[in-house]
Amino acid sequence: MKNANPLDTVHGTIIAGLVLAVVLTYVVKLLAGA
Amino acid sequence: MEIEILLRWIHFLSGITWIGLLYYFNFVQVPGMAAATADAGGPGPSAIGKYIAPRALWWFRWGAVVTWLSGAALLAHLPYFAGPETNGFVNVMTLGYLSGMHTTQIVAFGIGAWLATIMLINVWGPIWQNQKKILGLKPATPEEITRAKRVAFLASRSNVVMSIAMLLFMGAMHGLLF
Repeated sequence: MKNANPLDTVHGTIIAGLVLAVVLTYVVKLLAGA
Repeated sequence: MEIEILLRWIHFLSGITWIGLLYYFNFVQVPGMAAATADAGGPGPSAIGKYIAPRALWWFRWGAVVTWLSGAALLAHLPYFAGPETNGFVNVMTLGYLSGMHTTQIVAFGIGAWLATIMLINVWGPIWQNQKKILGLKPATPEEITRAKRVAFLASRSNVVMSIAMLLFMGAMHGLLF
């Protein structure tokens, strides 16, 4: 059975990285009060 | 030569070595090993494991150390990261909360520096400690090797995810993000 972990695919890895970047951008804006 | 220029140069060189090999492992070696294993009549993956992987891992983990050290030294030297009583390294790693300078740049750089720090810990911890078992540099049972492969793979993949965000925040100081 295929493992459902998105990190098992290259596409999933890149999408997860982009999502992390967007989420952290908002965290930075929140913490810096910008 | 200005020490900052030298440190930044070393940081870029070693950073490219580190992250370049990270992408090599994830996008080339892991799929290549799988294809070599699946190829019944082919030469098999053992030469990659014996001759390529140990050398790539040496440059990878020492590249990570030099990148982190040169980055930390650079942060400590750059005047625009320093607070009134804290140096730039401390200021960035505490996201400016010790000095009260939580500007967008310092918080963004702090997030990037912490992502890189977690990645360095992943390199020397889960990745390298498990690779030693996989490559036979450290004794392990077949069950331990199976588990070591999965943990090393996931730690390595997590580093690719973090590297994408980390590079955005490292570039933030130079106008890439904010």
